[in-house]
Order: sequence, then C-alpha cells, then structure tokens
Amino acid sequence: MKKKLAWLMLAAMVVTVLLSGCGTKNSNTFKIGMTGPLTGGAAQYGIAAQRGAQIAVEEINAKGGIQFELKVEDDTHDAEKAANAYNALIDWGMQISLGSVTSTPCEATARIAAAEKIFALTPSASSTSVTKAGGGYQFQICFSDPNQGSASAVYIKNKGLATKVAIIYKNDDVYSTGIYESFKTKAAELGLSVVSETSFNDDTDTDFSVQVAAARTAGADLIFLPMYYEPASLIFAECNKIGYTPKFFGVDGMDGILTMKGFDTKLAEGVMLLTPFAADASDAKTKSFVQKYQEKYGEIPIQFAADGYDCIYAIYEALQKCDAKASMTAAEIGALLKDTFTSSSFSFSGLTGSGMTWNAAGEVTKDPKGMEIKNGAYVGLD
Amino acid sequence: MKKNTFTTIWKSNFTTYGIVLLFFAVMMILMATGNLSRLMRGQLVPICAYAIMAASLNLTVGVLGELSLGHAGFVSIGCFGGGLAAALLHDAGAGELVCLAGAVLAGVLLSTLAGFLIGLPVLRLNGDYLAIVTLACCQIIKSLLTNLFVGRDESGLHTGFLTQPEGVAADAFVIRGSQGLRNAAVIDNFPAAVVLLILCLIIIYNLIDSKSGRAIMALRDNKIAARSIGINITSYKMMAFVVSAAMAGAAGALFGLSQATVLPGKFDFNMSVLILVFVVLGGLGNIRGSVIAAALLTILPEKLRFLADYRMIIYAVVLIVVMLMRNSTVFHGLGEKIQGLLRRKKTAGSPPRDPDTDPAGKEG
Repeated sequence: MKKKLAWLMLAAMVVTVLLSGCGTKNSNTFKIGMTGPLTGGAAQYGIAAQRGAQIAVEEINAKGGIQFELKVEDDTHDAEKAANAYNALIDWGMQISLGSVTSTPCEATARIAAAEKIFALTPSASSTSVTKAGGGYQFQICFSDPNQGSASAVYIKNKGLATKVAIIYKNDDVYSTGIYESFKTKAAELGLSVVSETSFNDDTDTDFSVQVAAARTAGADLIFLPMYYEPASLIFAECNKIGYTPKFFGVDGMDGILTMKGFDTKLAEGVMLLTPFAADASDAKTKSFVQKYQEKYGEIPIQFAADGYDCIYAIYEALQKCDAKASMTAAEIGALLKDTFTSSSFSFSGLTGSGMTWNAAGEVTKDPKGMEIKNGAYVGLD
Repeated sequence: MKKNTFTTIWKSNFTTYGIVLLFFAVMMILMATGNLSRLMRGQLVPICAYAIMAASLNLTVGVLGELSLGHAGFVSIGCFGGGLAAALLHDAGAGELVCLAGAVLAGVLLSTLAGFLIGLPVLRLNGDYLAIVTLACCQIIKSLLTNLFVGRDESGLHTGFLTQPEGVAADAFVIRGSQGLRNAAVIDNFPAAVVLLILCLIIIYNLIDSKSGRAIMALRDNKIAARSIGINITSYKMMAFVVSAAMAGAAGALFGLSQATVLPGKFDFNMSVLILVFVVLGGLGNIRGSVIAAALLTILPEKLRFLADYRMIIYAVVLIVVMLMRNSTVFHGLGEKIQGLLRRKKTAGSPPRDPDTDPAGKEG
C-alpha cells in the first residue's frame, strides 16, 4: 500500500516537473520581473514596491511605444525563496529584473543576475553586499546603507542637532546594522559623542523600556533610530510614557509612520529623518503619482512605492537611449542597459531624487533630503 | 514489525534507495535534454538537504519516540560550521568537491558535539519537557550565531562575539553576526548531494536494523520492559539523538553551501516545525515517507506560484487534506482495492505479499 502510494507520488512529481517551464514571448513587450515579500512580516514593502512599479508600467504602456509586462513573485523576505522566485521568473522569460525589494533576498538574486548577465535595478535593497554580489549587473536606485549612516551623522553634526547621541538598532537585521555601523564610524570621525548603543531583535521588538532607559540614563539628547517604523513607533510611545523628550532622528525606513494604522501621529511630532521621498512634496510628478496611487489603492504611497515607480521609469529611459529591442535575449539587453546606466551621459530624475547617476559597481549618487514631521506631515528641513 | 526477515528489510530499504536513484536519473536526463526548469534546477540540492533533515529527525521522533523541536539548531550549526570550513578550504585553493566534503565533515563533527552536549541534560527529560527544552536549545543556538563574527585574512582567523573584531575588512567575514553566513563559493552539486542523501539513508537503515536499533525501538515502545532486560536507556537514547544531530549537521552544510547567503534567523522554530511536518506527513518511523514528503513539500509551494496570493492557503489546505487522507479508512480501503485489482491482473496464483514492511512499522 505505502509503496504504491510512494510510486504514485513520485509519478505526480515527475509530471509537475515536466509540465513546468513553458512560456511564450511577445515580440514588442519587455518582460520585467521582481521578487519581493508579498506575504509575511515585510509584506508592506514588497506590496508597495509592486504597486508603485505597476503604476509606472500602466503609464508607460498607455503612451504606446515600448511596452512592459511586470511580474512580481513572492519571496517572503527569505533568501532561499527569493532564489526560487527568481528562477521561476527566468523560466517565465524575464528579460529585465528589478532584483528583490529587501537586502538579503536581493543578495541571493543578484548572484543569479550576475551569472545569467541579467540587468537588475533594485528599488530598495540598500545593503552594499547586494551590488557586490551582482558583479556589475545589480544596480540600486536607493541609497546604500553606509551612505545613509554617514550622511545622517554628517547631518546631525553640521546642523548641531545634538551633543550626546544614543543609538537603538536591530542587531539581526542587515539594513539596521549596516546603517548603525557606518553611523558609528562616521560619528567617531566627526567627534560626535555616542553615549549609548543598545539593540533589539526579532524576538524582542515589542518592549523598549530597557533601551530607552539606557539612553535617558546616559543623558542623550538625540536618539538615532536606524530601523523600520513599527519598532520606532513603540520607542516613541515608550519615551512619551516616561516623559523623556529627546530629539529623534530616523532613516528612510521611518517613512510610512504617519500612515501606520492605530498610531498616534502626535508621538512622531518633531521626528527628523533622511529620506529621498516625501508623499506631500509639491512638485507635479509626486502629486500626480500620489493621486494615482491613492485612487488605485486607497492609501498614501510610502517610499518603497516611489522607488518601484522610479525603477521602471529609469529602465524606460535607458531602453529608449540604448535602442534595445524586446526580441533580444536577457543577456543582450543586460549588456546594453549596463553600459547605458554607467555611461556619463545618462542621468535620471524621478520621485526619489533628481540627476541620479550610477557608478560601475551599481551604486547610485543622489542627494538625501532632510525631513521633519510637523503637525502630522513631512516638511523639508532645508 | 510484521515480517522481520532479512529479505523483506533488504527489499524495503532498497526500494528507498531506488526511489532516490530514480529521482536522480530523471532529473539528470531532464537536465541533459534541457527540459528542466530553472526553478527545479535550483531546488535540487535543497531538496536533498531537506530530505536528510527529515530522515534524521525521524530517527529521533519516529524511531526513538522523543519529540524534538530543536532540529533546526543542529542544522544551523552544520550550516555555519560547514560554511566556515568551506571558506577556509576555498582560500587554500581546494576544489569544489573537497570544499563540500570538508564542510560536511566539519558540520557533522560540530553538530555531533552539540548533540552530545545538549543530549546530556535534555535526554533526562521525557515527552513535552523534552520538546520544550530542545526548542529552547534551538533558540539559544540561533541567538549565539546571530552574535558571532568570524573573519579571515592574511593574518589568520579573527573571531568576535557580540562585537565585530577590530580592523577586519567587511569582505573578510565569513560569518558576520546578523548578516549571517556569506559563502566564498556557492557549491550546488546535485550528484554529490544525492550521494550524501544515500549515505545518510544507509546509515539510518543500518542503525535501525541493527541490535542497537532494536534496542532503541524497544525503549520507545516500553521503557520499563526495555530496562528490565538490561538495555542501557541513556546510552541508546544518546546514540539515536547524536546520530540524528550529526546528520542534521551534514544536511546543514549541504544546504548552506548551495545558498549565496544564509541568515541565522532562517533556522528558527518555524524551520524545526517544517522538518517535523515532513516527518509526520511521511509517517513516524517511516524513513522513505520522510524523504518523499520532504521532496514534495519543498517543491509544492514553488509549484503553486501560479496561484499568486492564494498560494499559501492552498498549500495549507493540501497539507490538511493529505494528513486526513493518511488517517482515513476510506482512503486506505480504496488503496487496498486498487492494489487488489492490480494484483489480480498480474498473477492470479501468487500469494498476496504485504509490501508494508517499514522497519518501525509505527504509523499515525
């Protein structure tokens, strides 16, 4: 009985394998693939990037000319699943890639991109290990983590925002530790005094009384928070509870805190952050994007959505410039796009920065924007 | 055990090896003819690794009869230890197979040691308590690895705990705390993985069919009776637990090297439960079932990608349905009917033979 069942299961397995991996190619449409967390704890970043990219694809397809087909596969913020998802996208016939939304999965997919010579432009995987693994084929449209950390330290020092800085970071997160390390190095260089460094991890991200108390005891007048907004919201609440009122300085992961469900935006009053995108910016591009996003999905886009949107447009402009054809293979398009992006005459202006240029390693050069939360809205600091 | 004769055991074991070899042959043919999808190609080595994890956990859960929720801990020790060994061998200019063999060896040694140390206090416990403590051990291993830094450069190895060792370049790290293991070279060798899987199966089957194996099963079925006939409970428990841990280490090294990067957080409670699901679905004590279940449940979520958002719901539903089917008399009756029909077709004269000769013969 069991043996028969085993054979039956094996046969079923072989059939599924044989049936997979078939796909058709449309001759005037570029196939763009991305992996991102569409389920699980980091899902909102993947979904936001997907939605932003989808809006850009729809806009471009409506224009005529170059056509895009976007497919996003779920990687649940896990490197192993991301590699599987990426392979599934290659089976589907992906010609251009948006890499992965988050850093560790993107490191895994960048390696495949390098091996297959597929051009990849990640919206938000900000670790430097991503571009390193990509061997010149993996580009970033977001700041790299070290850039953010040192830019934050320089900003705090130059503006004279604080004399004693406390840092709370997430020690099992590549993004958070990456920024923390570069901030610490730069702070030491600049003579910025760091009086307290405390950390938390996935299992301890619900109570911050110890970390906040340590910062208070050390007499910190500014807390640097290289993290995403959910833990940050709890830190604000904890400080408010014990009546401790330091300045707060966040990074781009803080973006989204104002739209977080059940969060009292008064707690975030006065929080400063370096972010490349603000949904309430007054330029026409941002306004039109935010309006479309709200109409379609009923919420204000976070930075990841803008990153996804910019990625598609950057690829669109580069494709126009290098005369790539949809009938080319992924590797042929990859070589063309790679040369176009790194050429000195190519620069891209989008929602998350203007005059962006890329170096041969795939890292972007753009200026960070300082923002402050005032009356429940982002206001430019400069 | 229904018919514990040499031939039936031999046949049953070789059916399992045969299934693995058939899978290998089919995959190699598909690969050679270019019909294997990229997705499937990338999953081959992880499938072998998961199969080893499931088979080895079955030794503890099915054969020894103790519920362990910390198997992922041993896998992660093998993964990180093996990754480090492979990086050092790679630096020394060793080839792919030497790196892999060295990694597996290092993984086995380290997880054997860990299995022994953890086994000493843990195996004094039974049932729920043992499950809780192994779960805690898995969390401890994860926390330790999250804070461990190991780098290597011209001046040798640099290690740090909680903080990074000073003056080591970012590229020099093999294990970098929360950023996990970064492999010097990704080794994705399917034939070698199949060899390792078969080796592990041989070890497990031979242990089960040996005098020690029968002692282990005896103390699973009745501890007091086993003790009364002079079976040393502690040493046999330890034997099963340590062998299980050692093979988990081998699987970890194999898995780790097939990935570009592995985070310590990957080997958490969920991973332990996933391996346990393979074991339960395949049948407690049924090694072949574990291997097949591991392979199917690794492929299934990826094959369900076309369902997009409903993927994980359908996956869970499939799990529930299969579990129910395993225990339903209707399904079993149906299976026997089909079998009867097949047999009648083949030879009317030959006596019906029960192929269900799993050594442990213990099923949910």
